[in-house]
Amino acid sequence: MTENSELADIPDKDVLAEIDAVDELPTAPPKRRVKLSWLGKVSAAIVVFWLVICLIGPSIAPFHEMDIDGDDGFMGYHTNEYGTFYLGTDYLGRDTLSRVIYGARNTIGISLASTFLAYLIGITLGILAAVKGGWIDMGISRVNDAILALPTIMLGLIAIAWLGSSIPVLVGTASIIYASSVFRIARALGQDIMVQDFVEAAKARGEGAWWIIRSEVLPNAAMPLATDFGLRLVFVVLFISSLSFLGLGVQPPAADWGSMVRENLQGLPYGSYAAIWPALAIAAFTIPINLIVDDVSAKSGGSLASKMV
Amino acid sequence: MMTKMVLRRVAIGFATLIVVSIIVFVMTSILPGDVAQIILGQSATPETLAALRKELGMDQPGYVRYFQWLGNMATGDLGISKAGGATIESLISGRLGNTMVMSGLVAVISIPISIALGLWAAMHPGALLDRIVTFGTLSLISVPEFFIATILVLILAVELHWLPSTAYLTGEETFLELLRALAMPLITLVIVVSAQMIRMTRAGILNVMSSPYIEMAILKGVPRRRIILRHAFFNAIGPIVNVIALNLAYLVSGVVVVETIFSYPGLAKLMIDGVQTRDLPLVQACAMIFCSTYVLLILLADVASIMSNPRLRNPK
Repeated sequence: MTENSELADIPDKDVLAEIDAVDELPTAPPKRRVKLSWLGKVSAAIVVFWLVICLIGPSIAPFHEMDIDGDDGFMGYHTNEYGTFYLGTDYLGRDTLSRVIYGARNTIGISLASTFLAYLIGITLGILAAVKGGWIDMGISRVNDAILALPTIMLGLIAIAWLGSSIPVLVGTASIIYASSVFRIARALGQDIMVQDFVEAAKARGEGAWWIIRSEVLPNAAMPLATDFGLRLVFVVLFISSLSFLGLGVQPPAADWGSMVRENLQGLPYGSYAAIWPALAIAAFTIPINLIVDDVSAKSGGSLASKMV
Repeated sequence: MMTKMVLRRVAIGFATLIVVSIIVFVMTSILPGDVAQIILGQSATPETLAALRKELGMDQPGYVRYFQWLGNMATGDLGISKAGGATIESLISGRLGNTMVMSGLVAVISIPISIALGLWAAMHPGALLDRIVTFGTLSLISVPEFFIATILVLILAVELHWLPSTAYLTGEETFLELLRALAMPLITLVIVVSAQMIRMTRAGILNVMSSPYIEMAILKGVPRRRIILRHAFFNAIGPIVNVIALNLAYLVSGVVVVETIFSYPGLAKLMIDGVQTRDLPLVQACAMIFCSTYVLLILLADVASIMSNPRLRNPK
């Protein structure tokens, strides 16, 4: 199905390119091509780097995340019979570099899973509310307002006090909390698109709600939602790692950037940087994402500042 | 017109508080194992459990207990902590003051700094300083609070030995000692809150700068600095007040992390301890205090933006 449509698209694109070259279509919509600045390109490279680390991390890490191979806790660079500890060891004597690499999997993996789930819930309900309207819209919107009216960290704390801390609880809580903001955006976009002529035409043709959502609404809402995805992912990373930092997120001995900062904080006065590396890793993942989002939205009009509200 | 809108906002705020209380109550009451079971522990027999449940009013249906709980909350009877059996009021009273002192100081320091820097950046968009401020604040809002706190501890406490790395209070400090102890958490929170406020102030001013009367002033040849200070700033006050209230609300989550990292004896630290020991009555009380403050500040932000709109203030 998808393969066919892709094949069918190729001649279309060629024709379009020719028409563009002739430059005789005054009403053609402006092309949505995203050109990143050099900062944006560097950022994109860094994000790709982290995603690769997530995928191949365990096979390139010099040690296993839970192996206590170092000479002692909170050591600097040293070599022993097991190998070289480039970033030193953590409070138990585990290799910091390996734990940062393994931690990428947990921190980025859990955050990505939560964000995807938040999008699945938020977009489904948001577009459902926009398409159906009426009491369905009313009901979902009121519950949504209540979730949005609370500080996210409080909701997280209450949920963990309620259910205890485990990875499913973390993913569930984060995805429900952030689904509420996705819902609001998806609903607004959906309502915008629902009153466009091409949707009216589809309705007049007698197409069903699901067909309209899949073929008319989603393709047109994709671009703004993609920018928002980056922003939301950063919020989720901050949320999850803050909870881990408080000791309420990912539980030891699993490596996770937030809990690694917490565990190794006591080594800071003795000159150990074991708490600094995972903290830097978080910054090196979130800052590039926000730079890309800022770059893309500066070119499409809105600024990040207005989205952060 | 304006009164009506403000009243409407207040009514929505009140309704939100009710929903919040329901969420907090439901999430912390429907638990495997109730309070009676926790109090009796191993020695629980079906008879003593039933008797204690009756004594605690737990045999009542859920909605009756909710209204009782809400009534107690409203009259200041916050219940008894699961750990140690002290009343929650006695646990909270001192802590609440500490958190309010900290948040107040953060507000007093960060608001003028943020408005000044935001204005300065907006006066020279694209200039080096503006680019530094924009990039710096974007980076700061992208990292968790504990990142900023950890780096500050590394620089100010470990490397330079200027400040202590914890803010533990004994209650017998001199004013100077108190200031030294508070310095680290204060600097962290000021950085966190200011970064957000600077960006919003800058965006607010630049937004006003695109309106027709500013264009008029530019065409007349009024210098940019004067346009911003005399024209744009006064029209951006509404949005800026809105930004301030919103950011004080964001302080809630900053406080949670910062109090923990510096072991500052505030309300948030108490709540985290409560979550760790699953002391639900304590979590309920703290969550209600934080959430109500948050909802009230958001309400304040909304009312401020209604009040600052001259068309709503002076209806025709």
